[in-house]
Amino acid sequence: MNRLPQWIKRGLQLAGVSGLVLLTGCERPPMESVQHGYRGTGMVQVYNPTQVEKSVEANQVPEAQPPAAAEGPKAGQVYQNVKVLGDLSVGQFARLMTSMTNWVAPGEGCAYCHNPANFAEDSKYTKVVARRMVEMTQFINTNWKSHVADTGVTCYTCHRGQPVPQAVWFKSAEQPLGANFIGDKAGQNSPAASVKLTSLPNDPFTPFLLEAKEIRVNGNTALPSGNRQSIKQAEWTYGLMTHMASSLGVNCTYCHNTQSFAKWEGGPPQRTTAWHGIRMARNLNLDYLEPLTDTFPAHRKGELGDVAKLNCATCHQGAYKPLNGASMLKDYPELGHSAHAAGALTPTEVAKASAAMTPTKQ
Amino acid sequence: MSQYLNLFTTVQATGPLHDGIALGQGNSPRSGQPFLSYWLGKLGNAQLGPVYLGGLGLASLIFGTLAFNIIGFNMLASVNWDPIQFIRQLFWLALEPPPPAYGLSIPPMNQGGWYLLASAFLLLSVMLWWVRTYRRARQLGMGTHIPWAFAAAIWLFLVLGLFRPLLMGAWSEAVPYGIFPHLDWTAAFSLRYGNLFYNPFHALSIAFLYGSTLLFAMHGATILAVSHFGGEREIEQIVDRGTASERAALFWRWTMGFNATMESIHRWAWWFAVLCPLVGGIGILLTGTVVDNWYLWAVKHGVAPPYPDVFPAVTDPALSTGVKP
Repeated sequence: MNRLPQWIKRGLQLAGVSGLVLLTGCERPPMESVQHGYRGTGMVQVYNPTQVEKSVEANQVPEAQPPAAAEGPKAGQVYQNVKVLGDLSVGQFARLMTSMTNWVAPGEGCAYCHNPANFAEDSKYTKVVARRMVEMTQFINTNWKSHVADTGVTCYTCHRGQPVPQAVWFKSAEQPLGANFIGDKAGQNSPAASVKLTSLPNDPFTPFLLEAKEIRVNGNTALPSGNRQSIKQAEWTYGLMTHMASSLGVNCTYCHNTQSFAKWEGGPPQRTTAWHGIRMARNLNLDYLEPLTDTFPAHRKGELGDVAKLNCATCHQGAYKPLNGASMLKDYPELGHSAHAAGALTPTEVAKASAAMTPTKQ
Repeated sequence: MSQYLNLFTTVQATGPLHDGIALGQGNSPRSGQPFLSYWLGKLGNAQLGPVYLGGLGLASLIFGTLAFNIIGFNMLASVNWDPIQFIRQLFWLALEPPPPAYGLSIPPMNQGGWYLLASAFLLLSVMLWWVRTYRRARQLGMGTHIPWAFAAAIWLFLVLGLFRPLLMGAWSEAVPYGIFPHLDWTAAFSLRYGNLFYNPFHALSIAFLYGSTLLFAMHGATILAVSHFGGEREIEQIVDRGTASERAALFWRWTMGFNATMESIHRWAWWFAVLCPLVGGIGILLTGTVVDNWYLWAVKHGVAPPYPDVFPAVTDPALSTGVKP
């Protein structure tokens, strides 16, 4: 080393230091690999114990309020303008309102949704949204058991103490271009968090969780028989799947068979739950969130003026099951059923939903 | 003092600077004043230059630069001409082929038109460079092994960017020009066509790729190991087998029974390297055109083994009745 010229020594030192700096971008090993499927088939889940520890900490369930008596006058009779949850007793109603404040607006308190001078009036948009969200929660817990099972969801599943859930999405705005004849990104090739910093199409939500574009790209026959899906379409699907995997903190093989990602038989049953989850997210975005577009003020909307919408990360937040499978619904059974006839879909809503989600072939 | 001998040339044999042999009519003069560099001599030959550029080389460089610039300026424009973002996001940026809807027609410039233009220039550049390697080899009285090995790589390039898109009827099937984007394209390609690992030509290509590295390591190690007996003078040892060649041959004969000769090892290496893109290109060309789902193809032909079921039975929910679509 002593015979090396000074500039080479400097260069080597610099390279060493930059190498170390670059390494800080990596997760610290060791990783743990857990078998999830038949041995030797690569069906494993890879976890970083440090990350899992953080995730467990972030997904703790808040303590439930002590139960209230079901007896006594009903909230709908005592209070004015109660359109949902009216058949709860006054005690139960107050308990849920307190819990909702803690779950959604602990800093802002009741006044986040209510006019302190008149709790009954609907002057604040937040109250109108909150009412619709209660209906949505009941709708999920009754109609989407295929995805949420009996664990169910509550306001806390998404909100986690924040008025706006941490993970929501808006349609991506037009790409800023110096000129419109050069530099098109085709909706991809940015280090976007939505697809875990890959260069995949970074708004897979609009086509798949709002519109019902075909997600499946594989053919059902060995030889070509009319499957026209392109590689570019495969990239969009890949973007959605990357979002799902990172939202759940799992690998592809949590749901998919390593031999064939398209094959259902012999694969993990989690994929069925996820399949329903995609339909659920689409259903909720179309029927509950988009109709609230005019209710929200401009500062809550995206660059294109669209409403905040949900995807897998909104509830899951990095856990394979939201809150690692802990059920808060059992302490709040009133969120588990429609307490009000209007909770069911109106005929118009049903028609709209089925038109938007006509199953395509395959 | 102990010395480390494995990385650098230990004895630099340098002669007077020379331009190489005189060339006949139709050849250009060589460009650049040659000079000696001690540090380059540590890695390879100490003499740098002159270069034979010629009409083909010049044309190739011009078209290559055009393609490189079209790609680069599209990347720069895609980050709104911000040079800092251009550097930060460089690995993510790409020039994308046209959307599938355009088929084989000429799309607008910003919808893949630039991509087709860059591809045409790049192809021209590569083909001109190929002719250049062929002509240089001929002019030096060499065999044409180098151009034909290069042609194997060009075959794969042509399959990916020209032959397969033509057969599929859409330019959108071509590979984007970008670092991460072309890797994502590769993964999406495998996902779209039912797992490329069941493509036997892909398997062969991998075997030749790994085989090439293995042969390269075996050969390089063997020659270095006998270099103190003069083993790096391989060509002489083909006809005049010295002690280096004898020892190298004995080593492999003793360890695996069979051994290459100083001549044949290069034939092995050449074929392994050439077959890697050659069979890989066949595998790509068949994908989507002749076979749509490699996994199902492998099941049909008994290649993909069935594994015992370890999960509760799962069926495609899209086929069940009563589910919300």
